[in-house]
Amino acid sequence: MGIQFGTDEWVKAVMAALNESPGYAEAAKNWEGDFYFVIDEGPSVPETIYLYMDLWHGQCRDAFKVEDYSQKSPVFELSAPLKVWRGVLEKKIDPIQGLVTRRLKLKGPMMKVMKAPKAAIELVEACAQLDTAWPEA
Amino acid sequence: MWFFKCPEFFFGEDALSQLEMLPGKRAFIVTDANIAKLGFPDLVQNALASANIDSQIFAEVEPDPSLQTVQRGAEAMLSYEPDWIIGLGGGSSMDAAKAMWILYERPDIEPESISPMEDLGLRQKARLICIPTTAGTGSESNYGIVLTDTAEKRKLTLGSREATPDIAIVDPVFTKNLPAFITADTGIDVLSHAIEAYSCGWANDFTDGLCLQAARMVFTYLPRAVADGPNDEEAREKMANAASIAGITLGNSQVALAHALGHSAGALFKTIPHGRITAIFLPYTIEFVANGGVGRYADLAAMVGQAADDEMAAAQNLANATRNLIQQLNLPTSLQAAGISAADLEEHLETLIEHVMIDTNTLMSRRIPEFDEIEKLFQYAFDGRSVDF
Repeated sequence: MGIQFGTDEWVKAVMAALNESPGYAEAAKNWEGDFYFVIDEGPSVPETIYLYMDLWHGQCRDAFKVEDYSQKSPVFELSAPLKVWRGVLEKKIDPIQGLVTRRLKLKGPMMKVMKAPKAAIELVEACAQLDTAWPEA
Repeated sequence: MWFFKCPEFFFGEDALSQLEMLPGKRAFIVTDANIAKLGFPDLVQNALASANIDSQIFAEVEPDPSLQTVQRGAEAMLSYEPDWIIGLGGGSSMDAAKAMWILYERPDIEPESISPMEDLGLRQKARLICIPTTAGTGSESNYGIVLTDTAEKRKLTLGSREATPDIAIVDPVFTKNLPAFITADTGIDVLSHAIEAYSCGWANDFTDGLCLQAARMVFTYLPRAVADGPNDEEAREKMANAASIAGITLGNSQVALAHALGHSAGALFKTIPHGRITAIFLPYTIEFVANGGVGRYADLAAMVGQAADDEMAAAQNLANATRNLIQQLNLPTSLQAAGISAADLEEHLETLIEHVMIDTNTLMSRRIPEFDEIEKLFQYAFDGRSVDF
C-alpha cells in the first residue's frame, strides 16, 4: 500500500527522497526558495491542499502539509488539479510542458525557475520513485 | 496536450511587396549596422512608404544582442510609439526586435523573466513582422528569443508564445548575395534545427514532417547555395524556405543537446558563429543519444539518402553524413579545428559544463547527460573523436 498523495506523510516522504538524491543535490545546488505545492479543489479533493517545502541549496530543509494557507509565505506557488499532478508524477506530463501550457500554474519569480530546469526534473524524479496511493477519481 | 503556433508567411520572390498593403501608421525597424550598410532597411522603408507608413530605423543590434541593447531599443520605441515592429536581419536582430517589442508593451517586466508561463498581454500597442536576411536562424517563425547576459557571459534562452511574429516575410532577395561563409554558417543551423526538433523529447506529429522536409532541403540545396549563391536562385529560395520551415519546429517541438552545448561554447568563444559552433556538436550529440538506445534518427537518415536497417546504424549514417556536409561547406568538425585551444577549453571547461547543465535545451534531449558526460562530450568534440559512450 503506497503513501496517500497530498498528505503530510507523503510530503515528508518526498523530503526524505530529495535529501537522498545526488541528482537533485547537484541540480539544485544553487536553488534558494520555498514552495507551496497546491492541489486544487476538485473531484476527490474536497478542499484545496497546500504542501509546504523549504528547498535550499540541493536539500529540503522542511516539509509539511499546511492547515492554514497564511501559515507560510513561500516564494513560489505551484498549483494544478489532481489529475495533472498525477500525470506529472507518473511521467505522462512533462513538467516543463505542463508549465508552458499552464496546466501547472506557477506564481513567483520566473527568472529563478528558468535558471533551474534540471532541478525541477530531478524533483519530479524523486517524487516518481515514491510508492504513491492516489485518491479515487 | 501540446500546441502548434506559427506566423502568417509570405514567401518567394517579391514577398516583400506585402508590406505595401500593410495597414498602420508607424513602423520601427530593428536591424544592425551591416544590414543598414547593405541598404536593406531602405527596401523596407520604401515598401512601407507605399502604404503611407512612416518608419524609424534602430540599427544598433550587435551579434548576440545584450540585455542593454534591448533596453535601449525599447526606450526608443516608447518614444516613437510605433504600431508595427519590424525585425530585419539575422537571428540577433529578430530576437532583439521581439524582446524590445515585449518591453515596449510591458515596460514593467525584466527581459530575463520573459517566459511561456506568464501572460504578457502583447499587441496592445503594436504587432511584429520579422524579415530574415539570412537563411538559418528561423527566428522569424517562432517565439524564441536568445539574448546574452554580458555580465555572466551566458546566453539566455527566453520566449513567450505571444512573441510569435504576426507576419514573416521570407524573400530571397535578402539572401541572394550573402557571402559563401555566411551562407554556410547560417545554413548549417537549419540542419541542426531540423535534426534536433525531430529527435528531441518534445517531437510531435505536427512538426515531424516539417523537420524531415527541412533536413532534406539542406542536404540538397545548401551546398549549391554556398557554391554559387548569387546565380543559383533556386538554391537560395529553397534555403530561405528551409530555414523558415525548420524555424517553425523550434517553438512547437524544441532543440536539444547540440544547441545547449553550442549556446554554452558560443557565449564564451564569441568569435565562432552560432550556426557553426552548434553544428560542430551535432554529430557528436547524435552519436551520444543513439548510444543510449533512445535515438530517433532512422527516418531522418532515410530522408537524406542514408537509410539503414536499424536505428543505431541509421544514427551513425546520419552523423557521418552531417560531418561530410559540414566539411563540404568548409566548416570545422571539431572545436580544435574551429580555433579553440586546449588551454582555452581547459580554462573554461567547468563553466562550459555548468552552463550546459542549466540550459533548458539539455533537458529536451532523449538522453540527458550527467556532468561527466558533458565534460567528455566537450573533449570528444574538441578532438574530433566519434562518441563511443
